Amino acid sequence: MDLSFTSTEEEFRDEARTWLAENVPAEPLASMDTPEGFEEHREWEHILFDAGWAVVSWPERYGGREASLVEWLVFEEEYWASGAPGRVSSNGVSLLAPTIFEFGTPEQQDRFLRPMARGDEIWAQGWSEPDAGSDLAGIKTKARRDGEHFVIDGQKTWCSRGAFADWFFCLVRTDPDSERHAGLSYLLVPADTEGLEARAIGRLDGEPGFAELFFDGARVHERHLLGGEGEGWAVAMATTGSERGLNLRAPGRFMAAADRLVGLYQELADSQGADLNRRDQVVSAWMGAQAYRWQTYATEARLRGGAPIGSEASFMKVLWSELDVELHATALRLMGRDGERADSSWMDGYVFALSGPIYAGTNEIQRNIISERVLGLPRR
Amino acid sequence: MDFSFSDDQIMFQEAVRDLLANECPPEVVRSAWENDTGRTDGLWGALAEMGVVGMTAPEAAGGLGMDETDLVLLLEEAGRAALPEPLLEHTAVGIPTLAEAGGSIAEAWLEQAVAGEATLGAGSDGGYAVGAATCDLVLLIGDQVRAVPVAGASLVEHQSVDWSRRLFEVDGEEVVLDADPGLAFDRAAGAAAAQCVGVAQHLLDATVEYVAQRYQFGKPVGSYQAVKHHLANAALKIEFARPTARHAAWCIAAGDPDRSRDVSLAKALASESVDLAARTALQCHGAIGYTFEYDLHLWMKRGWALSAAWGDAAWHRNRIAAALGI
Repeated sequence: MDLSFTSTEEEFRDEARTWLAENVPAEPLASMDTPEGFEEHREWEHILFDAGWAVVSWPERYGGREASLVEWLVFEEEYWASGAPGRVSSNGVSLLAPTIFEFGTPEQQDRFLRPMARGDEIWAQGWSEPDAGSDLAGIKTKARRDGEHFVIDGQKTWCSRGAFADWFFCLVRTDPDSERHAGLSYLLVPADTEGLEARAIGRLDGEPGFAELFFDGARVHERHLLGGEGEGWAVAMATTGSERGLNLRAPGRFMAAADRLVGLYQELADSQGADLNRRDQVVSAWMGAQAYRWQTYATEARLRGGAPIGSEASFMKVLWSELDVELHATALRLMGRDGERADSSWMDGYVFALSGPIYAGTNEIQRNIISERVLGLPRR
Repeated sequence: MDFSFSDDQIMFQEAVRDLLANECPPEVVRSAWENDTGRTDGLWGALAEMGVVGMTAPEAAGGLGMDETDLVLLLEEAGRAALPEPLLEHTAVGIPTLAEAGGSIAEAWLEQAVAGEATLGAGSDGGYAVGAATCDLVLLIGDQVRAVPVAGASLVEHQSVDWSRRLFEVDGEEVVLDADPGLAFDRAAGAAAAQCVGVAQHLLDATVEYVAQRYQFGKPVGSYQAVKHHLANAALKIEFARPTARHAAWCIAAGDPDRSRDVSLAKALASESVDLAARTALQCHGAIGYTFEYDLHLWMKRGWALSAAWGDAAWHRNRIAAALGI
């Protein structure tokens, strides 16, 4: 055990910090859940990629620098501390890419990974349906075989930035007689496919960040099938491990928010005097971010030792999503009567944070997973 | 950055776990509740034979030259077994503090303590030294570290809710040690954090086992979502407290500049986790857990005691606030 950073890791941190200090936009970009903001964020992904920072842990041939998992965590700490923009490509990079690395053919890897990393092709997830949310295995969208093609009919929903995205990764039912987990397949669908319409839905913040996808005889070539036909559930579950665990939301994001919260308290204490009750709430939230950090480094060591992340990813998902709400709710309480103002980054962050305990499997589902698959309690 | 334990560290942990599983079952813990000393027959000697008791002393003094990162897993095991022996006071605090102080006091006591022939106690200034009557030398930690030989000292006893923890106010002829009192305190708080995690883990494990075999309405109680989510919440608290306790041990061993802040992080989270685990364990056991005959309360009360000892969660959160400059 050595919980200090090696000189290589420190050099990596310095290099990232220096580059970010020189390149992070001085003004915040428009919201990535608007058409203009989406394109501004896409430009930022190009800048990151061209400087080698878009996907640090990936192989060089796809635009990465083969950084270790620790270095990636270090990069995330620096990235969020620098105040850099949110990552519009993260659903592809964090959720789909690990699945392409694991299940994709060499042709698929060569075709998709680099454009994804550069933001040339931005991906959105097409999993949930009007009648299948937490109960994902209940999906009904069908994809019928027609020679070398699949013909898709059905509806997906809650598709983040689906109205702007270039590609969708979808879970569909390729065996019409199948039920539940069997007979599903994982299909990659271009947004401009004929017979596919994406309609924006306003999210809680009023921006068109959600979409519904309507499939009406949309034809997708079989080379866009990821993993085996009928094996979509297993392929999808590989993605949920990433989504719930450390890939999507690294601790650096919350450490940065916690540090800003400490700063916010400091400003208020300087102008209005100390408030020990509120201070204690600030410290509790700061502690949560630190706990997530050390648990993640401990997990990194386990993964390096060959352990799978498995169901324990559910611990992380519950922790970071509830921590994110706590951090932002605490900040709004500190702001008193200004807490309701819509023009603060804390309110934006709060509204976004509230989605965390719902998406990627609600936290109630995660607690079921923890109790049944980690603790081993009886399912029924 | 490497958060893995070595094979040797894991083997040592497993050896201690095996020893405690065999030699420290609930009836042995109960014996320490009811006897005159609050200690067990022979367990301290067995731990001395394994080298545990003096492990934190330099090899020159007969120890194993090990540090907090070696000890932290054993402290978790001690918590898991509700071990009623002074691993915290003697091994985590007393020996390294005496070794740090050196001089005549170390010459007089260190080798005996390493061999398990003399027992070291520890308490906070104005607080209690657990088990002082069975110790030979007690370290009182405040603005200074003061060493008080128990022979000739006046001891005032108070009863803990955990009957194996005999609480003493100690007053006697003292020697001020040339040792850092902040470091000594952090050693104690860090060790208490690791023990809290172990106690919490046992409370969770015992409850998971109980609710899986207790049937109501024709189903295991543990199959009900209300019960599952209680236990998932306790598991979450433990999952995120444990790495901070291990990190705190490393901070102490490595002399990290943020040591005090991060020991407080660990103790605050560990206290919160054992508080929740105890509350959850009792609720999920129902009335059987509320009896004196059933063993659950041995761990529950150890948890309450350790949660409050060496700074409770609120005390440590305040220390973090100070370290953050707010």
